[in-house]
Order: sequence, then structure tokens, then C-alpha cells
Amino acid sequence: MAHDFAAQILEGSNRAAARLISWLEDEDERAYECMKEIYPHTGRAFVVGITGSPGAGKSTLTNALAREIRQSGLKVGILAVDPSSPFTGGALLGDRVRMSDLADDPDIYIRSMATRGFLGGMAKAASDVVKVLDALGKDVIVIETVGVGQDEVDIVGVADTTCVVLVPGLGDAIQSMKAGIMEIADVFVINKADRPGADMLCAEVSARIEMDAHLRERGWVAPVNKSVAVEGVGVHELWLSIEAHRKYLFDSGRFYESRREKIAKEALRMIHGELFRVVREQLEQSGRLDAAVEKLMNKKLDPYTLMRDTLTEWLSSSQCKRRHDEDTKG
Amino acid sequence: MFEEKVLKKIKDDKEKWEQGPLGKSLAKSPEAKPVFTTISGTPVERLYTPLDVEDLDYERDLGYPGTFPFTRGVQPTMYRGRYWTMRQYAGFGDAKSTNERYRYLLEQGQTGLSVAFHLPTQAGYDSDHPLSMGEVGKVGVAIDHIDDMRVLFDRIPLDKVTTSMTMNAPAGVLLAMYLAIAKEQGVDWAKVGGTVQNDVLKEIICRGQYIYPPRHTMRLTVDLIEFCQKSVPKWNTISISGYHIREAGSTAAQEMAFTLADGIAYTQACIERGMDVDSFAPRLSFFFNAFTNVLEEVAKFRAGRRYWAKVMRERFKAKDPRSMMLRYHVQTGGVTLTAQQPLNNIVRVALQTYATALGGGQSLHTNSYDEALCLPTQQAVTVALRTQQIVAEESGATDTIDPLAGSYYVESMTDRIEAEVDEYIKKIDAMGGTLSAIEQGYIQKEIQNSAYRFQKEIETEERVYVGINKYTMEEPPPTGLLKVDMSVGEKKAAELKQYRANRDNAKWKAALDKLREISATDQNVMPYVIEAVTAKATVGEICDVWRNIYGEYRPKEFV
Amino acid sequence: MAQKIKMIMAKPGLDGHDRGAKLLARVCAEAGMEVVYTGLRQTPEMIVAAAEQEDADVVGLSSLSGVHNYFFPKVVELMKQKGLEDVLLVGGGIIPEEDYDFLKKSGMNAIFGPGTPTGAIVDFIKENVRKR
Repeated sequence: MAHDFAAQILEGSNRAAARLISWLEDEDERAYECMKEIYPHTGRAFVVGITGSPGAGKSTLTNALAREIRQSGLKVGILAVDPSSPFTGGALLGDRVRMSDLADDPDIYIRSMATRGFLGGMAKAASDVVKVLDALGKDVIVIETVGVGQDEVDIVGVADTTCVVLVPGLGDAIQSMKAGIMEIADVFVINKADRPGADMLCAEVSARIEMDAHLRERGWVAPVNKSVAVEGVGVHELWLSIEAHRKYLFDSGRFYESRREKIAKEALRMIHGELFRVVREQLEQSGRLDAAVEKLMNKKLDPYTLMRDTLTEWLSSSQCKRRHDEDTKG
Repeated sequence: MFEEKVLKKIKDDKEKWEQGPLGKSLAKSPEAKPVFTTISGTPVERLYTPLDVEDLDYERDLGYPGTFPFTRGVQPTMYRGRYWTMRQYAGFGDAKSTNERYRYLLEQGQTGLSVAFHLPTQAGYDSDHPLSMGEVGKVGVAIDHIDDMRVLFDRIPLDKVTTSMTMNAPAGVLLAMYLAIAKEQGVDWAKVGGTVQNDVLKEIICRGQYIYPPRHTMRLTVDLIEFCQKSVPKWNTISISGYHIREAGSTAAQEMAFTLADGIAYTQACIERGMDVDSFAPRLSFFFNAFTNVLEEVAKFRAGRRYWAKVMRERFKAKDPRSMMLRYHVQTGGVTLTAQQPLNNIVRVALQTYATALGGGQSLHTNSYDEALCLPTQQAVTVALRTQQIVAEESGATDTIDPLAGSYYVESMTDRIEAEVDEYIKKIDAMGGTLSAIEQGYIQKEIQNSAYRFQKEIETEERVYVGINKYTMEEPPPTGLLKVDMSVGEKKAAELKQYRANRDNAKWKAALDKLREISATDQNVMPYVIEAVTAKATVGEICDVWRNIYGEYRPKEFV
Repeated sequence: MAQKIKMIMAKPGLDGHDRGAKLLARVCAEAGMEVVYTGLRQTPEMIVAAAEQEDADVVGLSSLSGVHNYFFPKVVELMKQKGLEDVLLVGGGIIPEEDYDFLKKSGMNAIFGPGTPTGAIVDFIKENVRKR
């Protein structure tokens, strides 16, 4: 079945892609066989991240950007990420509201996604979904998400070009400087640039970039774009900036390096996630976690010892032992 | 209002009563629930006394009808002069069938017309646009062009009736057609009276019939206001609407607060255009809801009148008393109607009508009892109109002005709502004004939260809704509902094709080109809209001109 | 991780009254579902494309302007064409009881008229939704 599914996705079946993404979201075993099949066909699409604080107009900008990209004939995948409620586990995903324009274009695929409580953070699911959309034949994949710098929603590690969206009047510039957003932006967008304060925000950000450039040698200096996404103003220029960054990545060889880093990180993250999942499952199902927590509460055990013991036991278990021995022999 | 000595005595006596008779009674049998609230969730005390209105200053806070602060009414004689205008919102199918309904209603004693347009016209699409499929003639009349408008007002003299048009983003287009028809009838524009809703902000907040982004749609709104101020002096240039805000789930105080916030935004925009406040403010009108809690509604209307008068005088420095008058149309609460036991709705509507009369409204639409099921049938419409006539002519509510003034409860509730309105307005000002509060989704979220709270109250049976969560019963499915002929869409599409083929193409194109050119400048577009409709441009064609220049609005906020 | 019910909440046609749609979206999200709200002015094609791309388990259609008999069957038909027969289709709004039969025969799984408690709708979805 995995083979059929993968084949269908490679042939461009939205429905098969949609189901595979659901399985990924559910961390359903069935997903992994499929992912193995499509993996050789991934890595082709260019990934653009759109991030910024709530109310910055990210969805509207994503909508306008997708339309702009379609002008050049490229196929677009959009992944719109919204937070899940920590209390109910449910989510309200409203980004499609701003993307109605795109609904009848068969070469655009939009997927809304809730952050849920993914092990290994949002980035795991997002980078998998990107692969699916890539295999589906999308040339550019736009990931839109609130916030950066937090483990849960940090998708910056997935994007080739990260666009940070700021708006005048929200105290955004200062906020972002604190949150370390300045460092991760490849392109800045001052959206709602028809509002008072836009020029000042633009100047602040530019000054900061210039200061950075003095401190550190960098091959790429993030351009600062202005847009009024609702009216489509400045969107073409934004796309040109993204294209320029892409060209820089290729010309400088950064693209290869950066992809390599991402793949390494991703592989480690997956191993980490899966190891943790298995260990946790065992601990939970055997009731040993409860027992250990009880001891921790009573101070009869400390978490440091628990960690070491769990690890030692895990490594000495039959399956792993062999591998471990082989490794040490070699 | 009371001497300190008197108040002291009342306070002492009230305490005695609480410890004595009341205490004994409560000890024997407690009250039905720990807290009583209005439908808006406002707590209601057991008893109101002079202590609750001790700060009330009659001359300052109430005054006299027709004088500042207009708490008691906007006219000196109110309904002793003449009743409110009985104006039933109507329209369905094509222009011809709606014209017949209008003439029937006028024969039945209705005193004004109110045009319900179908959704494609409201959203600025022609009947043959792909998004119009299935909608043509459904919830209102299909008007695509000037020929439709001519049929709609056939044998209705436009200097004898006043007409209200529920039309917002494309308001200018429909007003242009109306004015062109008036001219054909030989009626001087100085004699043409009526209202266009023209309130685009509430479309963005809650009603959904928006087209253009806020800034641009506001420009068209102000163009219309400015044009009428010069050329159609009797026209109410806007109907700033709380009705839909309430329908979307707001409380009574939120309805008043957000409507007045919109009113402030329009006034500000007109002043920024360079108009003198007293030149346009007398033609601003309002539109509110009336729910079944009569006393809360009356307090809402009184609080609104007082607050608006102060806003106009203090914030905008209006000098003409007419600029300070909150004149408004009322529609009874559509969402208060139940599909279950629909005849109960007649009683709800009667109470809501009573609230409107006691609250001092200038015109009223009463909903029909079958509207939770379908568009109203002729029989239901007649009952709705008769309800108004009974309240006006039998109930006695119209014999004296503002009869509930001085009620400790109503005065206290009036103060409370006014204070809540003031708090919201201050908060919205601090957010940078109404537009910015809307853009941030603040107003929308406040409304949605109230809607959610109300729904929870119904489902937990904390609040009784007769026929929904109490006194329910099995009933056979209702019959005899109005069905709109689905073939109107096809007929209209074929007719449009003919219309476009038969017009003078050169003239049509020149008019649209001119409109396009003017729309990109700061000049008032209205004269060119009138030229365009006269040159047989359709609603959709004119709206497309603006879509191409201004872009389209997409809502930004979600719950 | 457990499967979560994914729902599309859509308003077909030009009707702008979204109080009910938004309210239900919120209630369903609170019941643990992931609810995609499409906004106003959706054509049947747009709704079905969203259902396909989102791999929705349920599609909720809300209509208050009397166009249900036109739009709902259109959505059903397009869902079938895309092979999405196992998706639960529920409708609500101002829909007279006399239309229920027609709508169900045309393929809607349930119609909820005015005054239906939201809890009943949530229960119906949970009981009848497919397994992926």
C-alpha cells in the first residue's frame, strides 16, 4: 500500500498527499513506509518561511506572494501553522480565510496544520510535510507560522529563505530584536506600510542590520521590503528579494552547506524523537515511570541517577547491546 | 434629585426592610436563582430605589424632548405628533414581483419603503456572475441595472414615499439609479427622501457584505455623504447600524458602543474631507435592534441618545442641535425568533415593538413570525405590520413622551449602559480609533465572546428560551412556507445578455472610462456613477472598476 | 499520537451571517477537533478543494440565505467526483424541515436546524466520523 500511495503522490494526487500528511500529523506508523519511498524524490523544492507576530498580516502576505509566484508559472505549496489549544487539544485554523483567492488554482496546495504537542517540536512535522509537497511536484513551498525562537514553533530550520514580517505600531522592532529574530531573517518585510510609523520602523531595522554587518562579516545583508499585502503592493519586490537570496545561496555554495546542516539536524532530531518515544512508551506502559516519579517525589531517587540508569539499561538490552558492542569494537 | 436628608431616611428604611420583611421572606423561601441578569448578562438588583439614581440631575441628564441631551427623545412632541414610520424590509425575486409587494404594503397603511436587495447586488456582482449562482432573487430583489430600478418603482411616486435601501459597499451605485429614476419621474432631488445604509464598517465587523479594503470603502462612503449634502439635502446619507452587531451576538451595551464608535469614525472621516460638522451630521442616521427585554432596550436607546449628543457637542464641537440627535430606525431581533412553535414569535415581536415605542425610535421594521424558517409569507408580513399598528394605536405607549423616565430601574440601567459605552469608546480611542480596533479584530472578538457566552447559557439552561430549552413540544413540520422561484436566476442571466447587447456601447464605455479615471483621483465619484448607470452600466461592472483600483477586502481575524 | 477529527467549516454562497458557523467552529475546537474555517463566499469547488487538501473528516456547511437546496447537493456531487465519499457532510442554518428529506437523499449525512444544541452536533460528528 505504501508503494501505491507514494506512486500516487509522485503522480500528483492531492488526495494521497493529504492522507499522508494526516498520518504524519498523527505520527501513524503507516506514514514512514511511504516517506521512505518518496524520500529520493525530495529536496528539489525551494522553501520560503514567513514568520512574524500575530496580526502582522502573514496569511494575507502569503496569499499575495503565492499569487505572485504563480505568475512565473511555478507550482506552490502552502503550509499554514496555527497553535493548538493546550487545554482541549483542538485548534481553530483560520488562515484559509485570507487565501480564498487561491482556492480554485489546481497548482496551489494549501494545508492548515495545528502545532499539537509534537515530540521534537513543530519542525519535525513541518519538514516532513515539506517533503510530501515537494514530492507532489510543488516548486516553491511557503510555510507560514507565528513566532520564532520557541522550540514549539521554530520552523526556521526548515526554510531556505526566512522572511520576517513586521508591522508599524506593534512595538515589533524592539520585540524582535530581543527575541533574536534579527539574526534569523534573510528578508525583512514591513507590512501595512501605509500606516503611520512605517518609515521609522524601516529606518530602525535598516540601522540594526547595518550595525550587524559592521560587527560580523556576512555574505548576505537582509534587504528591508515594504508591503501593503491587502492591496498587493510591494509583493513583487518581495519575491524579487527572495529570488535574490536564492541566487546568493546557490552562487555562494551556501545552499549546499545549509541543506547539509538541515539534513544533519533533521536526522538527529528524528533519531532523538524516536528513541525518546520508545523509551517513554516502555517506561509508561510498564508502570515504571509512575514508580520512579513516586521515588523522585519522596527523594528516594534523584533524576540524574534515573537518567543514567535508564540509559545504561537501554543500551544493555539485547538488541542494542550487539550494535553497541560492534560500534566499540570498530 | 433628592435631598440628602430624604436619601438618608430611604437608606435607613431600606436596611430595615432588608433585615425585616425581606430577610424573613428569604429565610422561608429563597429566590428562584442567586443572580438575575438581563439577556445581555447585566446583573439586575432585587429592588431599585432613589439610592440608585442619587446622582441624577434632571436638567443635566434628562432635560426635555427635542433638547440637549435628548435623553427623552429627539422631537418635542414625539408620537403625539406622528407615529414612527412603519417600514417593512421587503424584496424577493425580480423587480416586478417586489414592486407588487410594495404597492400592497403601501395600500395596507405602511408609510415607507425598505428595499431588500438580493446578495449578489449587495456584494457588487451581476446576477450572471459565477458567485451569484443560486442566490438570484433569494433574500431580496435582483437589481442589476437602471431598467430593473425603473420597474421596482413603477407607479410609486418618489416624492411621496421615502425609501430605505440596505446597500453598503455599492451604496453609491444604487442611489445613483434611484436618483436617475427620480429625474425620469420629474421629481426634484431636493424632494427625494430616504436612506442608504452605506455603513461599510459593520459589514467588515459582522455582516459580511464588504467588497473593498477599509480605507477605500470609507472613501466611497464619504463621497456619497458629501454629494448628498450638496445635491440631495433630504437624504439620510448613512444608517450607522448596530442591528447586525446585536444579531452577531453582542450585548445591548456593545451594540450601542460599537455603533457609536463607527459613527465617530464616519464623522471624523467627513471632517477630514473638509466638511463642516453641522453640514452633514444632521443627515447621519442610525439603525438598532430591539430584543425582548423591554426595560433593558429602553435604557439602551436612552443611553445612546444622551451619549451621542455629548460626543457631537463635546468631541466634534457641533453647534446645530440636529447634529446631536441620535435618530434611528429599529428592526426587531431576528435572532430572537425561534423555528420551534413559530407563533410564539408574534409575542416576542410585540414586546420588541413595545420596547421601540417606549424607547422613542423614528421608524420600525417588525419581523414576521416565520422568519426563522424562510422568507416571510404575505400573511406573516401582515401580522407583523398589524403588531406595529396595535402598539401605536391601542397600547397607549404613544400617548406620552418617554413614559419610563424616572423609573429608578430604567434610569439606573440607562446610566450603567452609558458608562459601559463610554468605557468601550475610550478603549477604542486608545487603540487608535475604530478602524484600527476593527483591523486588530478587537470589536469582532468582543462580539464573538458574547455570542459564545449566550449560547452556553442556553445550552446549560441557565437562561430560559421558550420552545428551545423549556416548554418544548413535538410539532408537525410547518407548511406553506414561501418558496422563491429558482428560475429567476436563468431569466435574469438571459435578460442581462440582451441588456448588454442592446446598449449604446460607445457611450457605456466612455462613462466607465471616465469613472475609472475619477476614481483614481480625490474627486467625488458620485456624479460619474450617475452618468455610468444612465449609460447602462451594471452594478457588477461599476463595482469591478473599483475592485481593480482598490483591491478586495479579506477578513483578517478569527475567533 | 491519536487521530484528531479534522473539520472544514464553510459558508457557501454570498450569505455573510457567520455567527453560527464561527460559534460551531469554536465549540468543535473545544471538543478537541481541528477546525479549518474557510470564511465567506465559498463556491462548492472551493469547499471541496479545501476538504481534499486538508484531508477533512467532516465538512460543515452553514447557510442562512435559503440557498441550501442549491449548494449542498452540489458539494455532495463534487465530493463524490473526487472520491471523498467517506467524508461526513453536515449542514445547518435556516433550513426548513420540509427540505431535510431532499437534502439527506441527495447525500447530506445530517441537517441541523435553528435551535439545535451545539453539543448534539459534536456528538453526532464523533459518533459517525470515519477512521483514517
